[in-house]
Amino acid sequence: MIELSRVAKSFGKNHVLRGVNLTIPRGQSMVVIGGSGTGKSVLLKSILGLVTPDSGRITLEGADVREANRDAFLARFGMLFQGGALFDSLKVWENVAFRLMRGATKLPKDEARAIAIEKLRRVGLKPETVDMFPGELSGGMQKRVGLARAIAAEPEIIFFDEPTTGLDPIMSGVINALIREIVTEMGATAMTITHDMSSVRAIADRVAMLHDGLIRWTGLVSDMDQADDPYLQQFIHGRADGPIESVR
Amino acid sequence: MSLLALPTSALASLGRATFNALASIGRIAIYAALTLSHIVRPPFYRREFLTALMQVGWLSLPVVGLTAIFTGGALALQIYAGGQRFSAEAVVPQIVAIGMVRELGPVLVGLMIAARVTSSIAAEIATMKVTEQIDALTTLSTNPMKYLTVPRVLAGFLTVPLLVGVGDIIGIMGGFLVSTEQLGFNRASYIKNTLDFLQTPDVVSSLIKGAVFGFIATLIGCYYGMNSGRGAQGVGGATKNAVATASILILAANFVLTSVMFGS
Ligand SMILES: Nc1ncnc2c1ncn2[C@@H]1O[C@H](COP(=O)(O)OP(=O)(O)O)[C@@H](O)[C@H]1O
Ligand SMILES: [Mg+2]
Repeated sequence: MIELSRVAKSFGKNHVLRGVNLTIPRGQSMVVIGGSGTGKSVLLKSILGLVTPDSGRITLEGADVREANRDAFLARFGMLFQGGALFDSLKVWENVAFRLMRGATKLPKDEARAIAIEKLRRVGLKPETVDMFPGELSGGMQKRVGLARAIAAEPEIIFFDEPTTGLDPIMSGVINALIREIVTEMGATAMTITHDMSSVRAIADRVAMLHDGLIRWTGLVSDMDQADDPYLQQFIHGRADGPIESVR
Repeated sequence: MSLLALPTSALASLGRATFNALASIGRIAIYAALTLSHIVRPPFYRREFLTALMQVGWLSLPVVGLTAIFTGGALALQIYAGGQRFSAEAVVPQIVAIGMVRELGPVLVGLMIAARVTSSIAAEIATMKVTEQIDALTTLSTNPMKYLTVPRVLAGFLTVPLLVGVGDIIGIMGGFLVSTEQLGFNRASYIKNTLDFLQTPDVVSSLIKGAVFGFIATLIGCYYGMNSGRGAQGVGGATKNAVATASILILAANFVLTSVMFGS
């Protein structure tokens, strides 16, 4: 279980997070929605310690994340970055096997490669892509490589930052289904960020809406449509008029 | 009021710029100390180190060679012309040798490395930062300092002295070619004069300067890359600042090293 309490973060005068309270139960898939620039990525990065919150507390299974041993802590996580963040100087399989070939539990090269090939197959990439460089792949394929890298070490917790942004609707559907399957079969705790409602319905057990630096609404995905929060309703239906200002 | 406002605000911005420059120097010093502390602690990324050796050292050879040969040639012409004014044109071999080895070799190689290597390191690491690759490294339990900075800085520290050595030799050869082909010097005596005149401290000082400049050039590239702003503009700014800062620090360090080793 991941718990955030009163987490705040500002960049200069830009108060991005203003006291976020959120609980992600173990083994569940939480999807955070919100407009672009509302601080969804900052929220994920705060949990991972890539961004240091100004105040508030973040705990994993009750223990403060700042006091954890960094390597052991990070080894429990996998993350798919918004732009893929593949290392372009390394081959596809080396990207996927990056963690497997380093650190305390380092595997021999051919074993790591075999696992990478297996994970790439799992996300629907053919063996031909294994020895290519990320720059030679299409956007959708890069996302899949990022996905394979996130799950390569079989983490307990997986973060997906806008997994479908920039993909066509069919590829989005494929990626959504993959995420759902992987999370279910691995029994992992997942946190996905998106502003794509089809992803929300495909991936979420629970939904949280971030707006104006606070969690505006959170609950089960099945309760989302009945909720009477005007902000949430405007977002779900993509209306131009409503309480959320459309010019930001 | 309006008469005073202009000079005051000009002074204020100059003051602010000076203050920022000093603050940067402080942060760079901290970054340097951090880099050194990571060099001595495992893990060490051998493959990244070998790639950096190739990039910093081997691939810089053509640029260094061309810079040195033209400079050595021009130096010989100037010393000959200047020396003629008091009939001292015979000193060309000695002055070319000492000028190249003590000053021009290290400084020019240092500046060429700042142009070629510092810029590419800063742009590469800044792009990695902007595209979240640095964050990805961290989440994959790999310290960016160890994985990116240490291999490059170590490669700079070890290979730039060698490049300076090569530059010194090629520069002297440039002087030799101009002197013997154009100015009528005897080949054998030119070489003999050069070798007799140069002393071990000259060569050692050249290599020490190379090591320091290599450290500065690569460290500054990494520092500005890691601290890049966001977007394409961030990458551009990081690259520009890295090259400017590295060049100035190399020239300043050269002055300090020359004063310490030769000024007495
Ligand atoms: N490293 C940073 N430095 C300055 N501002 C930042 C930084 N990271 C994010 N921001 C700002 O924080 C806000 C939220 O960013 P982000 O979390 O990326 O939004 P999103 O919800 O689209 O993922 C934006 O206004 C962005 O400009
Ligand atoms: Mg984002």
